[in-house]
Amino acid sequence: MSSLSRDEVARVAGLARIDLTPEELDRLAGELDVIVESVARVSEVATPDVPATSHPLPMTNVFRPDVPEQPLTQEQALSGAPASEDGKFLVPQILGEE
Amino acid sequence: MSAQSDLTRYSAAELADKLAAREVTSVEVTQAHLDRIAAVEPAVHAYLHVSAAEALATAADVDARRAAGEELHPLAGVPIAVKDVVVTQGLPTTAGSKILEGWVPPYDATLVERIKAAGLPILGKTNMDEFAMGSSTEHSAYGNTHNPWDLDRIPGGSGGGSAAAVAAYEAPLAIGTDTGGSIRQPGAVTGTVGVKPTYGSVSRYGLIALASSLDQAGPVTRTVLDSALLHELIGGHDPRDSTSIPEPLPGLVAAARQGATGDLTGVRVGVVRELQGEGYQPGVLARFEESLELLRGAGAEIVEVSCPHFEYALGAYYLILPSEASSNLAKFDGMRFGLRVEPTEGPVTAERVMSATRGAGFGDEVKRRIILGTYALSAGYYDAYYGSAQKVRTLIQRDFANAFEQADVLVSPTAPTTAFKLGEKLDDPLAMYLNDVATIPANLAGVPGMSLPNGLSDDGLPVGFQVLAPAKADDRLYRVGAALEALLEKNWGGPLLAKAPELEVGE
Amino acid sequence: MSTQTVDLVDYDEAVARFDPVIGIEVHVELGTATKMFDGAPQTFGAEPNTAVTPVSLGLPGALPAVNGTAVEYAIRIGLALNCTIAESCRFARKNYFYPDVPKNFQTSQYDEPIAHDGYLDVELEDGSVFRVEIERAHMEEDAGKNTHVGGSTGRIHGAEYSLVDYNRAGIPLVEIVTRPITGAGERAPEVARAYVQTLRDIFRALEVSEARMERGNVRADVNVSLRPTPTSPLGTRTETKNVNSFRSVERAVRYEISRQAAILDAAGAIVQETRHWHEDTGVTTAGRVKSDAEDYRYFPEPDLVPVAPSREWVEEIRAALPELPAARRRRLQGEWGYADAEMRDVVNAGAVELIEATVAAGASPAAARKWWMGELARTAKTQEVELGELPITPAQIGQLQQLVDAGRINDKLARQVLEGVLAGEGDPEAVVVARGLEVVSDDGPLLEAIDAALAAQPDIAEKIRSGNLGPVGAIIGAVMKATRGQADAGRVRELVLERVQA
Repeated sequence: MSSLSRDEVARVAGLARIDLTPEELDRLAGELDVIVESVARVSEVATPDVPATSHPLPMTNVFRPDVPEQPLTQEQALSGAPASEDGKFLVPQILGEE
Repeated sequence: MSAQSDLTRYSAAELADKLAAREVTSVEVTQAHLDRIAAVEPAVHAYLHVSAAEALATAADVDARRAAGEELHPLAGVPIAVKDVVVTQGLPTTAGSKILEGWVPPYDATLVERIKAAGLPILGKTNMDEFAMGSSTEHSAYGNTHNPWDLDRIPGGSGGGSAAAVAAYEAPLAIGTDTGGSIRQPGAVTGTVGVKPTYGSVSRYGLIALASSLDQAGPVTRTVLDSALLHELIGGHDPRDSTSIPEPLPGLVAAARQGATGDLTGVRVGVVRELQGEGYQPGVLARFEESLELLRGAGAEIVEVSCPHFEYALGAYYLILPSEASSNLAKFDGMRFGLRVEPTEGPVTAERVMSATRGAGFGDEVKRRIILGTYALSAGYYDAYYGSAQKVRTLIQRDFANAFEQADVLVSPTAPTTAFKLGEKLDDPLAMYLNDVATIPANLAGVPGMSLPNGLSDDGLPVGFQVLAPAKADDRLYRVGAALEALLEKNWGGPLLAKAPELEVGE
Repeated sequence: MSTQTVDLVDYDEAVARFDPVIGIEVHVELGTATKMFDGAPQTFGAEPNTAVTPVSLGLPGALPAVNGTAVEYAIRIGLALNCTIAESCRFARKNYFYPDVPKNFQTSQYDEPIAHDGYLDVELEDGSVFRVEIERAHMEEDAGKNTHVGGSTGRIHGAEYSLVDYNRAGIPLVEIVTRPITGAGERAPEVARAYVQTLRDIFRALEVSEARMERGNVRADVNVSLRPTPTSPLGTRTETKNVNSFRSVERAVRYEISRQAAILDAAGAIVQETRHWHEDTGVTTAGRVKSDAEDYRYFPEPDLVPVAPSREWVEEIRAALPELPAARRRRLQGEWGYADAEMRDVVNAGAVELIEATVAAGASPAAARKWWMGELARTAKTQEVELGELPITPAQIGQLQQLVDAGRINDKLARQVLEGVLAGEGDPEAVVVARGLEVVSDDGPLLEAIDAALAAQPDIAEKIRSGNLGPVGAIIGAVMKATRGQADAGRVRELVLERVQA
């Protein structure tokens, strides 16, 4: 398994939208490399015959009836907003489109 | 000690009896705890926010309803503290993070709705490691909580605030959350009781998610019976949580009362071979052996069981948790709520504001885990990391299934050591992670676990005893836990917390 | 925005030299009462951020809960598209940061869609049928809506800031993905359009969505690539996002074929990219290339449990499926006795429902077709509106035809009545009365007119008397003229014959 280089940490931090200072990047790269090496041991026993478990308790088909509930008021919805205008959340300019 | 502050020394069950008998009012009980908070908070710092006015209003309302002859919940009027990871309408909720500083949620978590409906005054929100990432509460953005047994030591984590509040008599009851041991490990190092219920036993709706498939809320108390009372209040099905168990809870209070008789005849207790030995403090192991003897004396059959894949649990946990957390914490981006930080130079775009906000708003441990999780899920690594970890989860579930064929409950020390000094492990994340080695398997498998105090180690600090039961058999924890508690307290001549040093009380 | 000119190859030349391959992703918003994962009501046009709960706003602590009706609708769609319904499937998180995605991940389905491996037979304008293979149909949630404020053009790049409304966030979507559509050749744009139109009709028939294109209920992303010959490997494709009308789907595919052909002709390489469709100018432009494109870090949604529709449930849904548009058209054609070409014209004119309702209102199928495909089709064309938009109802056409059948008006008068109805003068009956258009049925005035006509044309009268009935029409014509068309021509003929033989 590959080790985690400083460049790789920088790439992943970008993917996770976290600005890091050069010092943080140095420190995290070292720490994460050790952690990744340690946790990578899981692959020793994760053989193809073992099924994956994503939920602790097996359940299926948990559905909600299609019945409306009281929504938040606009005031409640915007209560935590760093900025708002005309009942909408104001966010900085968006570059590119999804 | 004034008459009122005496009220802080009672268990929740005792307070409930006194309230029902109208010996005391909820306002008196609540005020006594607020006074205690005011007196010891400068030393302990268990709370991030104290909601005195709201608590007293609830207390007065409960007193009035009781006076009017209304039928009330048994815990009505008994005050409670809530971990700051639980969303509370009208009360600031930060999850210990700068990124949520000042956020006041417009809604209540399901468990908070139930607490409010039952009439428990909420004293305030307790300190924690940021987003529940940590084992010492040192990763809180708002300062350390101190262990009431030794103020230079950690109170455990992530729920150090709730455990310390209960241990320091700042609340008779508290809510914790446990993703890898965050209820049980603080319980162990503060000499209190903490229960991580079966996954799905208590609704997760309104818990600020760390790792969705591991998180569970549960009670933090000083006695096993109090935990049972609180667990019954907050637990049970909730349609807002799709992973909530649809069937009703087993009788937890009844199990605790049955256990308190001290008879465990016919109960098979399995000692997990892999959760002792190397890395465990001698005093921790000694208290564990003594507790086993007490259980044996009560009629339990002690067997040894093996869970060979537990050694991979820590690795699986530190892949699953960061992966899920990296996604759960993506919403903290400065767009809709919480902190917004603009980049110091260059264009102010949404993308750059998100990165600047998250860079400034998250602490080291959170950044570490988000980056680790993002990496583990990113293209090309999923199968080796996240996929493998999910397979280990299957193996650990199988280990539990095998072990529970041989035993009704499993037991181990809760944590390998007693409380370490503040700052001691802060620079070594891996050493910090090892604190949870005995508690993590239960989260991976979804089974319930309890920690209760079972003595003092050689350093005079409390030690915890962990009981694990099969999924949906939380009642077994209460039966065995209450039995051991009764036997230990008989030997000690009272609760372990009575041996804790009295805190210096301010004005 | 730059306005660089793009070289295009003439379409016919482009498809002569290259084989186009297309792929279409259609998103349909389901018409459930509430959102996909929470009970916020679906309300179009509500005040901003008033149809949100902590869940659809992505507030800390909120958890999703699956709308069972949305799952049922998704299964309906899967069955209508001849798909296999998964025995078990899961939701997954698609992680990407964007301000209109409140959690910064979209809850979707990844490697386990609810429906997969189906097909849809699409009827083209000439009546031929083209089979489109469906790869999958999966459930997911919609995003909020950004409004861009400031900047010179009002488009995203020049915007100073954006305003976000999350009312749409969390509305249930089903995304339908085709396999690469090959073999359409120069008809690729038409196939694309017909495919989306057929899907829209199915959504409506299934009652899973209002499927209103103009509201964005149905949105299409079209992939286009070119290759030298039908046996060559697939070329590099572009994906043009959010093409939101049938006409635009056709135009966008056509445009991309011409644009890509020009690049390939110049020995250039197609860039695999997202492109935006511009309705006003009819061109596509390249989207911004994202640094972390496509690394969505999918993983199973841990807050939701698997969806495992029982076979009983699936069969129940299948049994309750309404008749789909293609089958319905076949049935109606049989019932109405239309020729293939007649039926195709009716379908292409969007007149199936109108004729069905007109027949229900008492008109014969032939008469209903005559009105809608004749006089009314011409009027619609002149006014540049859809047939259904004309200010006349099938019930009114039914009434009109009844007046004709009863002999109260004739065809010629009926056209005047129609004119009156379209002019807003009321129902046919009212127009007949108001305009005094009723057929003259009293024989008295008719006989007078006949006598006058016979007297005016004695040679013709003589021919008729001698048994040559050929010129009767001339007399009838004169009578009709004299009565301003208000006579029943049949009755006039009878009377003329009586008169000359008397």
